[in-house]
Amino acid sequence: MTDLFSINIVVLLASLISASTPILLAATGELVAERAGVLNLGVEGMMITGAACGFIVSVHTGSPAIGFIAAAAGGTAMSALFALLTQCALANHVASGLALTLFGLGLSALLGQGYVGVKPPPTGNLELPILSDLPVLGPALFSQDIVSYLALALVIAVWLALARSRSGLILRAVGENHNAAHALGYRVVRVRVLAILFGGGCAGLGGAYISLIRVPQWTDGMTAGAGWIALAIVVFSSWKAGRVLLGAWLFGGITVLQLNLQAAGIAIPVEYLSMSPYLITILVLVILSADNSNAPASLGRIFHAPR
Amino acid sequence: MLLLERRPQPSRFWIYSTPLLAIAITMISGGALFALLGENPVEAVLAIFWEPVFGEFSFYHRPQILIKSGPLVLIAIGLSLGFRAGIWNIGAEGQYIIGALTGAAVGLAFYPMSGWFIFPLMVVSGAMGGILWASIPAFLRTRFGANEILVSLMLVYVAEQILAKMALGPLRNPDGHGFPGSRNFQNYPSAHNAELIAGTGIHLGIAAALVSVMFAHVLFSKHILGYRIRLSGEAPRAARFAGVGTSRIVFFCLCTSGALAGLAGLFEVSGPSGQVNIDFNTGYGFTAIIVAFLGRLHPVGILFAGLLMGLTYIGGETAETRLGLPSASIQIFQGMLLFYLLAVDVLSNYRIRVKPPKTRSSA
Amino acid sequence: MLLSLSGISRRFPGVVANDDVSMNVAEGEIHALIGENGAGKSTLVKIVYGLVKPDSGSMKIDGEHYAPLGPTEARAAGIGMVFQHFSLFDALTVTDNIALGMDNPPPMRKLSVRTRELSKNYGLPLDSGKIAGALSAGERQRVEIVKCLLQNPRILIMDEPTSVLTPQETKTLFKTLRKLAESGVAILYISHKLKEIRALCDRATILRGGRNVGSCVPSEASIGDMAEMMVGSSLKSPVKKSRNRGKVVLEVDNLCSDADSAFGIALKQVSFKVGAGEILGIGGVAGNGQEELLAALSGETKVESNTIRLKNEPIGHLDPDARRILGLLAAPADRMGHAAAPNMTLVDNAVLTGNRRERLSSRGFINWDASSQFCQRIINAFDVRTPGTWNTAGSLSGGNLQKFVIGREILQKPDILAVNQPTWGVDAAAAAAIRQALIDLARNGSAVICISQDLDELIEISDRFGTLNRGELSDIRKTESLSTSEIGLMMGGAHGVDVAHAPA
Repeated sequence: MTDLFSINIVVLLASLISASTPILLAATGELVAERAGVLNLGVEGMMITGAACGFIVSVHTGSPAIGFIAAAAGGTAMSALFALLTQCALANHVASGLALTLFGLGLSALLGQGYVGVKPPPTGNLELPILSDLPVLGPALFSQDIVSYLALALVIAVWLALARSRSGLILRAVGENHNAAHALGYRVVRVRVLAILFGGGCAGLGGAYISLIRVPQWTDGMTAGAGWIALAIVVFSSWKAGRVLLGAWLFGGITVLQLNLQAAGIAIPVEYLSMSPYLITILVLVILSADNSNAPASLGRIFHAPR
Repeated sequence: MLLLERRPQPSRFWIYSTPLLAIAITMISGGALFALLGENPVEAVLAIFWEPVFGEFSFYHRPQILIKSGPLVLIAIGLSLGFRAGIWNIGAEGQYIIGALTGAAVGLAFYPMSGWFIFPLMVVSGAMGGILWASIPAFLRTRFGANEILVSLMLVYVAEQILAKMALGPLRNPDGHGFPGSRNFQNYPSAHNAELIAGTGIHLGIAAALVSVMFAHVLFSKHILGYRIRLSGEAPRAARFAGVGTSRIVFFCLCTSGALAGLAGLFEVSGPSGQVNIDFNTGYGFTAIIVAFLGRLHPVGILFAGLLMGLTYIGGETAETRLGLPSASIQIFQGMLLFYLLAVDVLSNYRIRVKPPKTRSSA
Repeated sequence: MLLSLSGISRRFPGVVANDDVSMNVAEGEIHALIGENGAGKSTLVKIVYGLVKPDSGSMKIDGEHYAPLGPTEARAAGIGMVFQHFSLFDALTVTDNIALGMDNPPPMRKLSVRTRELSKNYGLPLDSGKIAGALSAGERQRVEIVKCLLQNPRILIMDEPTSVLTPQETKTLFKTLRKLAESGVAILYISHKLKEIRALCDRATILRGGRNVGSCVPSEASIGDMAEMMVGSSLKSPVKKSRNRGKVVLEVDNLCSDADSAFGIALKQVSFKVGAGEILGIGGVAGNGQEELLAALSGETKVESNTIRLKNEPIGHLDPDARRILGLLAAPADRMGHAAAPNMTLVDNAVLTGNRRERLSSRGFINWDASSQFCQRIINAFDVRTPGTWNTAGSLSGGNLQKFVIGREILQKPDILAVNQPTWGVDAAAAAAIRQALIDLARNGSAVICISQDLDELIEISDRFGTLNRGELSDIRKTESLSTSEIGLMMGGAHGVDVAHAPA
């Protein structure tokens, strides 16, 4: 019968962080792109491409680190296509993002077709000295894999850069009002392309985290909507870096909880548990969409230098 | 240096030419991709685009193309309504699944009774299922301002879980020896969506697709509602000024596309596919997005685009069996097509001007 | 010479914006650049500021060759520019905005201190922590000026600076500009308001159709002469004949509505009446509830049903089409995307508001022949220059599209027509035609509400006049009985200018 108490809180916390890392990475990248005024709906496509690239390269090199670098490169390359479409060919952001996702799903399936059932090299955990010896918190928070720490560091770095640095100010200005930024002499297209590429790199890393650490194996379409959830988290965060972290943990928590409930054999059908993260995403969107006054004012709008 | 100059108004020539240009570029770069995979590019491209229509086994392939194109056109017509109005339903896959499920459930409920009314009832309930699923994002957008892109997409994953649950649970064939999947409609004449003309592949779904093309064409060229949809997409503030009820447009577009996607699902499950099963859905809902754009959101364009996309499916299969091309390559092909289309689309609204490298005027 | 231009030309598809323009600006000089909308003033200063590159011609600063690749280089060369539009980031603070306008800003804290000093010296009070979107038009302009001055410019370009200011604010601005000129800064002052130029500028260069057509010393030239140089021919002023105010057509009673955007203004208990055959002018600086008032009248925002009554019938709850059927028509300020859909054809745009009253559809099916005829009637009656009815609205020039928009409503014979900024950004000939059409409409017995920030326009055409200020409507007075300074006082008050002490 059901055994709710077999769910170990320490393991739960530890796997919460692990489950939230891929969406955290992807959402952070998308946050930067959206603050620059770019709505890239191709996160899912960039993630899955990153997942495939990272997996393949690390299988061949035996090094997860090189795999992650390749994943970031793969995600960036995909986002470069998006940048080309939206910034050079002035295509609609929504349609281009969808194209990126459809293309990424196909490309990753093609790349990964010989790798089903292959095991990638393991990524070691980094046990922080002293901290990891703390009871409960030690194993839960301070003996994660290195990518999880990097993801946290990245969020903090993005937060600082957006709020405090001059480049962050310029990026926000471009996202807020691209005509004004152009009039002041800022290179709107350049700023946006860089933001898109950064978003692509982050999404690629997030994808590789799924295929190399979280699952770890290759299956077609294995990101299973994580990219879309990352997009929802950016809305949830009302475009603030700190709240992206909160959102990622919330969704990580729900994912882990439902997986644990499944494992514990609770009397709710597996399918209903599996759909819960998506339902929660919708619920959160509903609750938070009432206030979207923080959205960058030029979000998703096409910029063509006026006369 | 290349510069883009906005045209005073879109170029008619390029509006019609860009899809053809995109197809041509896709064939070229697709060929390059196959060459990379070690295939003869010409042979591969021929296998995809020529063989199914004119090749040796075209008598078998042509009906198959129609079978694939039918649901694509049906769904894409629905999507095009919303896309024109700036309402992005990308969850047609979910509406397709739910329509198939509700329709099939009604049919299976009557098993083994026979009657003329069973199939029409299934059609209605399939459409209702799609409407139900699409009205969720419509309601959440109009009532709470929730983004319909994300909501409709999340509902695809939810629908897939429901499909799994139904195929393994309530709708499972009681005489199926424990295998997943429902009874096969091919063995239940009252609920079977049979071919209208034997050997042509034409079933009611394809007829419905044609009707939807005509319906959409009349809607956009003659009716005030189609005008309002266009207006909402082109200039939302002008639409409000004109007195267009935004919520009504959102509901109409989403629910109509839901109904058409649901119908596509119902016709598929009761016809070519035959039964509800876990892997019943094959991504028509997503491919239809490409079809809608490739057809320039124009009903007639969508008809052609749907046929072309159906062809790539079948062509992909022939290439797979004949040349051993990986099945995923056709997905890339389709993705590439949308990419190129969006890229060359710039030509309809902008003129490319070549500017000579900067020469400093003498001081 | 501090700045000299010679032979500057620049063409855009279909237009020659500048054609062989040469001019000089000296140190400490306030130099006016005057011309109609579309005469090429904005393009010329954008070239100076590095935003647009000339096709040919050259520029010199202090005799040195000057060819900026972008605004950054222009600023480095000592050029500052105060924009008319599109220049502040609404969601960012004043200090953020100032920092963005500088190439090497000092640390934020130091910047605040310097901002405060500077704004005190030149009489430009600012609250540096405020969000830019919450500022009034006058305050926004002060931010722009401070932003430029912090970089110690030698040449300051001002693009139509007074179009958003009250008369009192304008006076304060002129004081600041004179102080700057005394300290050696050259000011390039763009305007088409000749009175202001006579009061402020040392010299004027006149542009027409992209060419430099002459220069003068404004204090010595007459306004009539300058106007003729600017327009090329003398203009017909609209003919206003006295009209009798008929029965009350529209009554607005205690109208309140919410702001239509994050930085919009809510209407507070607005009440007025308009009679048949009368033009009611509503003045005031844009952004004080004008958009919201028009939206409430047109039906875009629904309000309490009894707060708007058309011929004694409560209509506040009705949608725009229902109001059209009853005879209330409207034309919003923004032609591109609000009053018209730029990417749709003129026929489509004729259907936009004409559908009901012109019976362009029956049982939901649009009669395209009738629509096209209606469209052609508008084009003929209002002299809209376009190759044909199947052209997109966006391909028309501003003046032509505005004539189309106003004509579309007038031809439907409204009982009452509400328009917002009917001649904003429109060339003088089209503006005169539009004003005449509004006067004619009133003479034929319709009521007209004209919301505009162009005071001269309202004085010219309106019978009675009120102003809208932070969402509140002033008392309504007979226009003939008012002097410009009284109107200025009606507009003032909420703009940070102390009205009681301002010289009247």
